[in-house]
Amino acid sequence: MLILGISLVLILIGLYAIITKRNMIKVAVGFALMEYAVNFLFAIIGFHKVPGMKIIPPILMEVKTTANVLSSYSDPVPQALVLTSIVIGLGVTAFMLSLALRIYNRIGSFDLDEIKRLKG
Amino acid sequence: MPELIILLLFMVAAGIVAVEIKDLLASVIALGAVGFTVAIGFIVLQAPDLAIVQIVIEILAVVFFVAVILKTTHVDSTIGRPYKGADIFTFIIFGVFALAFLYVGVRFLLINSSAGFEIAQHYIKHGLTETGAVNRVAAVILDYRALDTLGEATVLFTAVIGVLAVLRLEGRKK
Repeated sequence: MLILGISLVLILIGLYAIITKRNMIKVAVGFALMEYAVNFLFAIIGFHKVPGMKIIPPILMEVKTTANVLSSYSDPVPQALVLTSIVIGLGVTAFMLSLALRIYNRIGSFDLDEIKRLKG
Repeated sequence: MPELIILLLFMVAAGIVAVEIKDLLASVIALGAVGFTVAIGFIVLQAPDLAIVQIVIEILAVVFFVAVILKTTHVDSTIGRPYKGADIFTFIIFGVFALAFLYVGVRFLLINSSAGFEIAQHYIKHGLTETGAVNRVAAVILDYRALDTLGEATVLFTAVIGVLAVLRLEGRKK
């Protein structure tokens, strides 16, 4: 529970940066932070801690598995989801940064207030 | 798990530094610290595939950030500006909404985690005979949910096209 709570705090830090920061690079940093926090939350949810049982990665070491061993793998489904999400996050970050670079070349500032003032 | 709590506290501290520091280069380096700590956390959470991918992606992301900052400026001129009331209001609204939603969702998942784990049980029990892959995560992303991976590749390709279209300097010569 404490672990989930701290990762929620990390999500809120990212949300704070996205909404209140006035610098485009800081907004991109906030997006990346929030994405990391959500990915980590998913990995924590996939980690079923059963008392008295060791959790191992979802990689089959021996062909024959018993029922006792089965429940001690960490959940592969959220891990596959997060694997997709990490790669898409890089695409989002790269696109945001290229937009910021173009706006900087046009206006000469990363300041969002400045951009709003120059509009129309 | 104490090691996970230590990692998370370090991530929160580095995240606050990344958001609040004046130098953008330092902010990006703090973001890289968060990303590599996430990779270590994935190893602690028994997800080695995620740790490998996270390290590669984190290096690429930091390289992109540093390239943009080197071409522009590394001073955040907006730091210390007084907050707007509308921004604080929006943050509180979105924050309360996100917290409530995450609380309900995570609680539902934790209570019904055995039901969600049945899918994984099937993958673990029958994965080797059905796909022939030893690694369960590879079996899921490349066989059971291969269409999902195709969509991911499409999104990545679209992002590359978008970046190239935005960054192209000259228009087509007539």
